Amino acid sequence: MASVDLAHHDVDAHHEHAHPTGWRRYLLSTNHKDIGTLYLVFAVCAGLVGTTLSIIIRAELMEPGMHVFPLVSWIMSGDGSVDAAKNMYNVFFSSHAIIMIFFMVMPAMMGGFGNWMVPLMIGAPDMAFPRLNNLSFWLLVASFVLLISSLFAEGSPGMRGFGGGWVLYPPMSGTVGTPGPSTDFVILSMHLAGASSIIGSINFIATIINMRAPGMTMFRMPLFPWSVLITAFLLLLALPVLAGALTMLLTDRNFHTTFFEPAGGGDPILFQHLFWFFGHPEVYILIIPGFGIVSQVVATFSKKPIFGYVGMVYAMLAIALLGFAVWAHHMFTTGMSLNAQRYFVFATMVIAVPTGVKVFSWLATMWGGSIALRPPMLWAIGFIFVFTVGGVTGVVLANAAVTRYLHDTYYVVAHFHYTMSLGAVFSIFAGFYYWFPKMTGYLYDERVAKWHFWTMFVGINLTFFPQHFLGFQGMPRRIVDFTPAYELWNFVSSCGAYVSGAGTLIFLYVIYEAFTAKRPAPANPWGPGATTLEWTVPSPAPFHTFETPPQIFGEDAHAPAIAGHGSAA
Amino acid sequence: MSASGERNGTTVSAGGRAARNNRLLGIGGLTLAATMIGLTYAAAPFYSAFCRATGYEGTPQQVKANTDPEGHRIVRVAFDANVAPGLDWSFEPEVDSVRLRTGQTATVYFRVRNRLDAPAVARAAFNVSPEVSGEYFDKISCFCFTEQHLGPHESAEWPVVFFLDPSLEKDDSMARVDSITLSYTLFAPPSEKPAPARSADRAGPAG
Repeated sequence: MASVDLAHHDVDAHHEHAHPTGWRRYLLSTNHKDIGTLYLVFAVCAGLVGTTLSIIIRAELMEPGMHVFPLVSWIMSGDGSVDAAKNMYNVFFSSHAIIMIFFMVMPAMMGGFGNWMVPLMIGAPDMAFPRLNNLSFWLLVASFVLLISSLFAEGSPGMRGFGGGWVLYPPMSGTVGTPGPSTDFVILSMHLAGASSIIGSINFIATIINMRAPGMTMFRMPLFPWSVLITAFLLLLALPVLAGALTMLLTDRNFHTTFFEPAGGGDPILFQHLFWFFGHPEVYILIIPGFGIVSQVVATFSKKPIFGYVGMVYAMLAIALLGFAVWAHHMFTTGMSLNAQRYFVFATMVIAVPTGVKVFSWLATMWGGSIALRPPMLWAIGFIFVFTVGGVTGVVLANAAVTRYLHDTYYVVAHFHYTMSLGAVFSIFAGFYYWFPKMTGYLYDERVAKWHFWTMFVGINLTFFPQHFLGFQGMPRRIVDFTPAYELWNFVSSCGAYVSGAGTLIFLYVIYEAFTAKRPAPANPWGPGATTLEWTVPSPAPFHTFETPPQIFGEDAHAPAIAGHGSAA
Repeated sequence: MSASGERNGTTVSAGGRAARNNRLLGIGGLTLAATMIGLTYAAAPFYSAFCRATGYEGTPQQVKANTDPEGHRIVRVAFDANVAPGLDWSFEPEVDSVRLRTGQTATVYFRVRNRLDAPAVARAAFNVSPEVSGEYFDKISCFCFTEQHLGPHESAEWPVVFFLDPSLEKDDSMARVDSITLSYTLFAPPSEKPAPARSADRAGPAG
């Protein structure tokens, strides 16, 4: 009770801040909540674009032969020939990957939930550098515009768009494969997205290290801010490597340097090393904030503190550190010495240990808890299931010998979609349904939200589980057509994609319904399990919160002045 | 309210300290990011030095002379010669392959001819396959160490002098390797390459 009063007091005390209204409120915003909202809206829009691309891809792969992409290519570039269609397919899967990674998952988790909830959860009034926060968001929009522009610029000779995959390997991304400006658009887009994320992560680091409320020591901090802090460090260490590698690629393409050009003594394999030195931490960047969200949700709906809090923190740190030491497991088939392969196999498998610590800690949190299966909890449990499936196939793929067979097959596609498309996305939905009442002040229809979960869960498993079989049968990824031998499971997989597409529509309906029905949400709609600070402020969270920092007394993490300590505030 | 007033008094100085700490953390973060970009660029020379030193990626070793005793194993060494697009030269080895005892020095010539009406410059990129054998493939002299010039329609025979390090017999991963391919590709210097070919000259991307 005391803490709620404190929040009201805060609101009253800050009339003097004029906040801009209308478009200025968002374009010029320096408020962490508004910027968080912008990021979330942006992520939903980009996610819809990415989902549309993937459904068109699955429509093409529904049966052997080419049916869809000649038409798509004709619409997008006026050229419906088979070659143009193949190119457009490559452009679609490349853009799907880049959009989902850089413009959906990262903005949703770090920019969206990170901006919204980190200051609230650590009792800070705002982010450390509010103006940089604004810059960080609008750079991302510029970056997205560049990426979309790349779809319409020439890439391969006479063709539109860049079709070399999100990995951007030379020579495909060099002047040999794609002499056109499309690749330069993609590279510059990645530069801007990288700059945006680097600025954002510096902001998170300064905020979390320096602006916690009195009494909130590092090890009393909830796991979500912890996960954001660790992710911010990963971004700061990994993204400059991508930026550097892409700059080399850009100068190779335009200014006759030869970093990756054998003609001048360069080596394209070097790009792969640099790319995956960024790329492997990047996949943890995509999932670690999800770990944080799931930890909050599981604890809240089990009405228990998270099991093994300190272990959870160290597990995330261990995963983050190991992430920098395993990059070459993406490159087993490029020809490495046996000893290098032995090392990378072993180091990769070690990651299963901290990951296991996390999975078992979530299970132990639920064990004996008073579990409420409300929508966020469904997504969180779904996350634990699909992420474990993706983790297990990851251990399979970690074997260099097995990779000889499975490399670049649909087994790999199934593996990373189980961790990303299901894992990361499920945790985003868990966070969305968990914090939606706090962010908007409205309650959504939980019945429809559960329909969203089940449709999506069935659809997405139907999409990706059969892809394991396709991979074992040897179907290569990144290919527009396939032999009839792969017909059955491709058909099932495409049907699954349509079901999960329908799930996305239900999601949009949930949002629409919540905003039209306007059921006001209480400060804490989740009951006694929700102990973190954001539930002590009213819903929707007022424009300014915690300008007078709350005092944290709770020994076991993050709890503000509750129960016996209340009067002390 | 008086308590809150006092608190405001202290938050001014605390706020100043917080802002200073934020700036320090921000500068620290930027420095870290800049350092990582610097390390990325440092990776390029480091990687090529690493490959030369360890034979990684099938990079042959460069040595002054053959001081090793002859070994026992006989290994086939095959030759492969390519010319990159953009350079109108012919290029081929005098023999397809030789059989060589480890520690034995061999000299092989590559025939090369400039088919252009103008003088031209080329440089050969090289490596050996399987890549684990790079560590044991020692070159004493090679035309690939330097840039090569040929006048219009000039021909030449370029030698490569090499031997296989007998210590490969002790390496388990070389136990089943009985043939090594030495491959060359001639490139025109990047700045002299013609402008990228237009669509008509090229096949579409492999679907």
